[in-house]
Amino acid sequence: MRNIFLFIRRYFNFLFFLALQVLALSFLFRYNRYHEAAFMSVASEITGSVNTRYNTVEYYFKLKKANESLVQENVHLRELLRSNYQGADTTRQLVVDSIRVDSLVLDQKYFYRDAKVVGSFVTTQTNFFTLHRGLNQGVNVDMGVIGPRGVVGRIVNVSSNFSTVMTMLSRQFKVDAKLKTSGDRGTISWDGISPQFVQMRNIPKNVKINKGDSVITSELSSIFPANILVGTVDTVVNDPSTNFLTLRLRSATNFSTVQHVYIVQNKQLEEQRMLEANTRKTNE
Amino acid sequence: MNDLLKNIFRFFAFILVQVYILHKIPPLHRFIVPYLYFLYVLWLPFSLGRTWLMIVAFVYGLSLDYFLLTPGLHAAACVLIAYVRPFLVNILIRQEGAEQSYGAPSIHSMGLAPYSLFVLVLTLLHHGYLVFLEWMEFGNFWYFLGKVGATTAVSLLLILITELLFYRKERYRTNTA
Repeated sequence: MRNIFLFIRRYFNFLFFLALQVLALSFLFRYNRYHEAAFMSVASEITGSVNTRYNTVEYYFKLKKANESLVQENVHLRELLRSNYQGADTTRQLVVDSIRVDSLVLDQKYFYRDAKVVGSFVTTQTNFFTLHRGLNQGVNVDMGVIGPRGVVGRIVNVSSNFSTVMTMLSRQFKVDAKLKTSGDRGTISWDGISPQFVQMRNIPKNVKINKGDSVITSELSSIFPANILVGTVDTVVNDPSTNFLTLRLRSATNFSTVQHVYIVQNKQLEEQRMLEANTRKTNE
Repeated sequence: MNDLLKNIFRFFAFILVQVYILHKIPPLHRFIVPYLYFLYVLWLPFSLGRTWLMIVAFVYGLSLDYFLLTPGLHAAACVLIAYVRPFLVNILIRQEGAEQSYGAPSIHSMGLAPYSLFVLVLTLLHHGYLVFLEWMEFGNFWYFLGKVGATTAVSLLLILITELLFYRKERYRTNTA
């Protein structure tokens, strides 16, 4: 017994060093897997409020770009207005759907909330945004986040007034997407090299792909609505060892300038997940 | 200024500079991440015991981690250099009893060559460990080597600039004072 105490006393510093390392690494691995860490909600309230202060300055310098992307989005939405379309041919009749929008609320699947980006990093291997909207404002984990131009990421952590988003520029982020032209589905991930490009895997080799083709979210990604732009094809990488192509996409969102985003809530997600879980259980 | 106050001020200053200036620089290359914050651990006074050195380094690294949302990553690297630091100081110190005569490691207290070696070794250790933790999850060996090399070079440049900008003249302490 005495020897044990002597041992501990003699190597106290080394043991203490090991203990701190284990503590730090357990924080790290736990966070990488579950995105939880001790004091995280308190810490994100504090860092969030510091981030907000910094953002009041940064926001000013990015106003021009934020404006541009919002105007572009407005133009895109205006083009969808029914009044813009009129056939010259009178034999063709335009049928107008007469369901009132109010009565559709029950059927609304995706619900949007706007949020401001107050903290962002694009320089590391796992890039996160901080949004100034949290649990008190109805945000929850696993909601999708899209920007004016396209997909941004997924909510991984919420505190009462702030939330953190794992952006598409994160090694762990995956989203199901499809080619707009052919409808072939693949998975989007990031290789950690350039913040302007993301990778799309598992596209069969027989699909014809042109540079500049749009890639949009598919119906399978339950947290994002379908047909949200992810990016455009930049280069096609042919891997001879597999039957699939890897596409290098230029991401639609410019992650270093995005200032306003929308948090998308899938109101039927829980029902869908429950059904899938039940199916898995019966098949086991 | 009081030593304690000075270090508390540095604590916040280094974290804010790291988070809001260095990490906001648009990425030049995937190998290059400008790190300067760990200089705080190198600048801590000699009088701090090894246990306290590690505790301070852990808290310091963790506070940076909460800003960058990587809980534990920088804390682990900081604790490592805090643990190794006293060994290096013992080997590299110029004259007998300099730890008592001077406040903290600097060019003035250790001499230019030993201090440079001190900074170089700890920078390499810090980045090596940091990138190694990242590498365990993804990446290959060349990525590891390239990133450690490039990041160390950038860090040394930043440290040189900081040392020139904030020249720390350490007063020689005597028993009579």
